[in-house]
Amino acid sequence: MQGMYLLVVDWYFILEKFLLVGLVVSLSMVVAMYATYAERKVAAFLQDRIGPNRAGIFGLLQPLADGGKLFFKEEIIPLASSKALFVLGPMLAMITALLTSAVIPWSTPLRIFDRNISLQIADINIGILYIFGVVSLGVYGIMIGGWASNNKFSLLAAIRGASQMISYELAMGLSLIALLMLTGSLQMSVIVNHQLGGGLGGLLSWHVIYQPLGFVIFFICAMAECNRTPFDLPEAENELNFGYHQEYSSMKLGFYLFAEYINMFISGVVMSTLFFGGYDLPFVNEETWNIHQNWLAIIGFCTLLGKAFFFVFVFMWIRWTIPRFRFDQLMNLGWKRLIPLALINMVITAFVILWLKK
Amino acid sequence: MNVTQILFWFLSVLALFGALMVVTSKNPVHSVLWLIATFFSISGHYILLNAQFLAIVNIIVYAGAIMVLFLFVIMLMNLNKTTEPKKNRWLKLAGGVAGGCLLLVFIAALKSSEITQQTAEVKTGDIGLIKNLGRELFSTYVVPFEISSILFLSAMVGAVVIGKKE
Repeated sequence: MQGMYLLVVDWYFILEKFLLVGLVVSLSMVVAMYATYAERKVAAFLQDRIGPNRAGIFGLLQPLADGGKLFFKEEIIPLASSKALFVLGPMLAMITALLTSAVIPWSTPLRIFDRNISLQIADINIGILYIFGVVSLGVYGIMIGGWASNNKFSLLAAIRGASQMISYELAMGLSLIALLMLTGSLQMSVIVNHQLGGGLGGLLSWHVIYQPLGFVIFFICAMAECNRTPFDLPEAENELNFGYHQEYSSMKLGFYLFAEYINMFISGVVMSTLFFGGYDLPFVNEETWNIHQNWLAIIGFCTLLGKAFFFVFVFMWIRWTIPRFRFDQLMNLGWKRLIPLALINMVITAFVILWLKK
Repeated sequence: MNVTQILFWFLSVLALFGALMVVTSKNPVHSVLWLIATFFSISGHYILLNAQFLAIVNIIVYAGAIMVLFLFVIMLMNLNKTTEPKKNRWLKLAGGVAGGCLLLVFIAALKSSEITQQTAEVKTGDIGLIKNLGRELFSTYVVPFEISSILFLSAMVGAVVIGKKE
């Protein structure tokens, strides 16, 4: 058999994964699109304004109008820039933003045509480390874009952004080590399963109950990694004009701005998955409902989305409430507060686990 | 030819091409980016050997951290084509000879070593998975592991001491 075919592969498997990747990518895009709308509405609400309300009912078509505008704007590539890298920058920002979603377990498996279809693109052994790998690559979109623009403001902003992201990655990693001690695995599906089946319909086994400090550190770092206010120093407009994407126009600029919203959504999903039980619906035990597996999957998926949207909302709430840090304050917070706190959290967790096992 | 073989050849070609571009690129920023591409293809090879942990750590540490620092330095120093120092011909020749000698030694050493008799366990081996690797590191190799971590710690302390203003 094997000699007869050039490629021996399970075509259904490939098709299934392709569909899943397409779905997850388009989901992230659509959510990010409406996150821009939500941001403007939330900002308007917090500042006692109305917000966009002209395009469609409640201004619901506003994101489409914005997207259309960005597509039709004139595209300018500065003569003094290095062109290949100038184009590569926004591409990298977008790719790294979308890559993280590959290891997230979106819900329990679906059952279609007698095949169990796992709603996770890749359940790899190193799930969390993969997320870290992708996050650490997120720097390149900013750095390459900022450098290739051949503009001093852009370069300064890019270097600021990169040093900020590197600094906060450390505390982020350290805060997760304590979580990994609890689960004993890096695999995302194992981490979610570990949080199912506690009291109050799973609520009492959520990791946030055991790791509140770890969650707070992770949350702050996630905000810094997404370059959200109060950590938006790479685009501090009153010091750096417009930041690392100053020379960009048209959809390339759109990609940079859009990548931020995708990052925000994905980090909301990651936080729900790691600390808030993933697709687990609290206060009820779905397993005993005796309904079809597909319905359970859909309920789980909606639950995860709901949790993620809540975090996206908190991000926006913080953005329109707290002013921006100064750069030295940012570095002090990262290196002198969060990293020692994360280390203490790690040591305490380790001792408690050892003590409980004795 | 199965998928693994196709991937192997693709990654090998990519790694070699990337490595060549690192050396031949005129612009140092391009060199760094090609080096990152090379690291990625090497990580791909690790994944083919089912050494997932090694693959991702290679990306986090080399592509994600060390190369960012390289880029930092290069961008801040504003190195580009015009500022590249002219090297004289003898220096180039000496470099070529030295590199060739190193290659020769590597080939001679590998040719008679045991590695050639062992076949790589593609897709099947699980020694590269994080559990086995961790167990091995903290039992068989615990002393060298701890010594190297002390080395890192002292390097960090040293960097802070040097960087600190009087």
